[in-house]
Amino acid sequence: MKSLGSIRRSFAPWADPDAKPFIAFENVTKRFGDFTAVDNLSLNVYEREFFALLGASGCGKSTLLRMLAGFEEPSSGRILLDGQDLAGIPPYRRPVNMMFQSYALFPHMTVEKNIAFGLKQDGMPKADIEKRVADMLKLVKLGEFAKRKPHQLSGGQRQRVALARSVAKRPKVLLLDEPLGALDKKLREETQFELMDLQQELGLTFMVVTHDQEEAMTMADRIAIMDKGEVMQVATPAEVYEAPASRFVADFVGSVNIFEGRVAGREDGRIEIATADGVTILADDATAAPGEGTVWYAVRPEKIRISSRKPENPALNAIEGEVWDIGYLGDMTVYNVKLTSGLVVRSSELNSQRTTQDPLTWNDRAWLTFPADAGVVLTR
Amino acid sequence: MTRLASAIAARVTIIVPYLWLLVFFLAPFLIVFKISLSFTAISMPPYTPTFDLSEGWQAFTEAFSELSFENYLWLWDDALYINAYLTSVWIAGVSTFLALLIGYPMAYAMARSPDSLRPLLLMLVILPFWTSFLIRVYAWIGILKPEGLLNQFLLWLGVIDAPLVITGTYAAIYIGIVYSYLPFMVLPLYATLEKMDFSLIEAAQDLGSTPAGAFWKITVPLSVPGIVAGCMLVFIPAVGEFVIPDLLGGSQTLMIGKTLWNEFFANRDWPVASAVAIVLLLVLVVPIMFFQQAQAKAQERGQ
Repeated sequence: MKSLGSIRRSFAPWADPDAKPFIAFENVTKRFGDFTAVDNLSLNVYEREFFALLGASGCGKSTLLRMLAGFEEPSSGRILLDGQDLAGIPPYRRPVNMMFQSYALFPHMTVEKNIAFGLKQDGMPKADIEKRVADMLKLVKLGEFAKRKPHQLSGGQRQRVALARSVAKRPKVLLLDEPLGALDKKLREETQFELMDLQQELGLTFMVVTHDQEEAMTMADRIAIMDKGEVMQVATPAEVYEAPASRFVADFVGSVNIFEGRVAGREDGRIEIATADGVTILADDATAAPGEGTVWYAVRPEKIRISSRKPENPALNAIEGEVWDIGYLGDMTVYNVKLTSGLVVRSSELNSQRTTQDPLTWNDRAWLTFPADAGVVLTR
Repeated sequence: MTRLASAIAARVTIIVPYLWLLVFFLAPFLIVFKISLSFTAISMPPYTPTFDLSEGWQAFTEAFSELSFENYLWLWDDALYINAYLTSVWIAGVSTFLALLIGYPMAYAMARSPDSLRPLLLMLVILPFWTSFLIRVYAWIGILKPEGLLNQFLLWLGVIDAPLVITGTYAAIYIGIVYSYLPFMVLPLYATLEKMDFSLIEAAQDLGSTPAGAFWKITVPLSVPGIVAGCMLVFIPAVGEFVIPDLLGGSQTLMIGKTLWNEFFANRDWPVASAVAIVLLLVLVVPIMFFQQAQAKAQERGQ
């Protein structure tokens, strides 16, 4: 595996074997009748981490969050927070707060009262509550809306009230269920960075559930990709993207071309994969041996160059096909190239650095080239 | 031309409900009000004066001067009427409170039950309306009377040695009213509770509120429109209730509906009966105004 340092910042407690996990799911299973929402799942999250649970709807990510909040009890396994087993502790005694997908703002209370609600439950002195509420309003830039009711606010403002309310109590962990799901694209992008800044400023541990990979990649220190109640991979955004552990992960995060085949030969840490599509792919890989079962080679579209001429360098993989579709996306152009086998391979090029001199058009013959280390070899 | 036509159509649409109110509410009200200002007479109709244009305009205007508020003074002077009003309001109030105590948990349970079960539960609440109101009240006599089902059951259990006297008491009236008007309490409560977002309760608990705390701070305030609507729907008809006190309460119970009936049919005193009805209406207008105000407030809140 290539070494991929966190490109975000030098914060990697998960790489430290002595680091104590802040939140630990230990063999947690949750069943609803016959349906297993979370299946024997183990996961560690570290203090001050911005952790994302990423998966399609119904993958169990929200259930995991709800178990941490205390709305569901695990059918088996345990959940530890800061070393304490949370079993049997009701939601109102857990040092975690949640920001709900629907925001769940109390419609009969003003913005101020919504934010103060949790503090009042704790019996905080009135003067302290006022100060904290004022701080929170300032933090989310809603000072002038203190006396408004939720229905008098825009979607983005409501989202910020919900956020302020959930961090007002300074929880040990803030749980965010699709925090940006109800916002439009532009606001969502802005808010992503606001959330990251807020997490840094407050020094809290954030655990966010999302189905939006872009959101998870942008914000999180690490991402857990979930499918059918199981964690498929836990890694930094860069690792998840560059070194996916399985076809599922590769396919779920970003766009990918997957070639299926068998290992035909090996030399110097490089293997030859004879694919079902009649092409041979050279791949960097240390483990897969010839004759073993099916392997897959996953390569991202942006790692594949496209040209009308056959490349001369024999060390490069080169596949010939026909330009089937061209998509112009502004910043880049996407080419779908159809091989003789019928497989469609995608290549994308940044428009600012397109290498193709001769403009390719529909039905042109084209060569797709990529180095051996462009993709990863997957065995599942 | 078509614009004019549609403008006229719009006017007509607005006029229809007003016309309805005028013909079926305001006109009868004015007639009753006029009778309440008249005097009893052994004649047909049993009061004077009567307005009759055949006697000429002079006689018509003179009839006006004969009208007086004497009947209202009579109501004020005789403690019977005031007591009847107060008793009615008290009984209606207590019944409304009891209906709320029973209806709220019912509505709450219905709103929280699985989606597939709700239509059935709703049906069960409405089901009694399939049977005549009068028959259902008679059925209660069969249950509550000394040799009735309830007493037989309690005797059989050995809880009591002698039959309880329930019919003919206020207890029977409370039972009757609460039973009869419970659906009117449950339905508006269910409507508001069913709309409520359950994640609000979770949010309250997440912020440190116990389930009981969340109920009082979130569920109850948010169901106020339903509580108000349910209470009005029970209280208003219960104040003027006649059948239940007559059948279950026996002769000595004093409720305004019964008093009115007595004045009208037993004493054949239409003017006093009309005055009783007008005062009853005024007594009820106050809670209705309350109700309307609460509704407007709720609408303002956007719920």
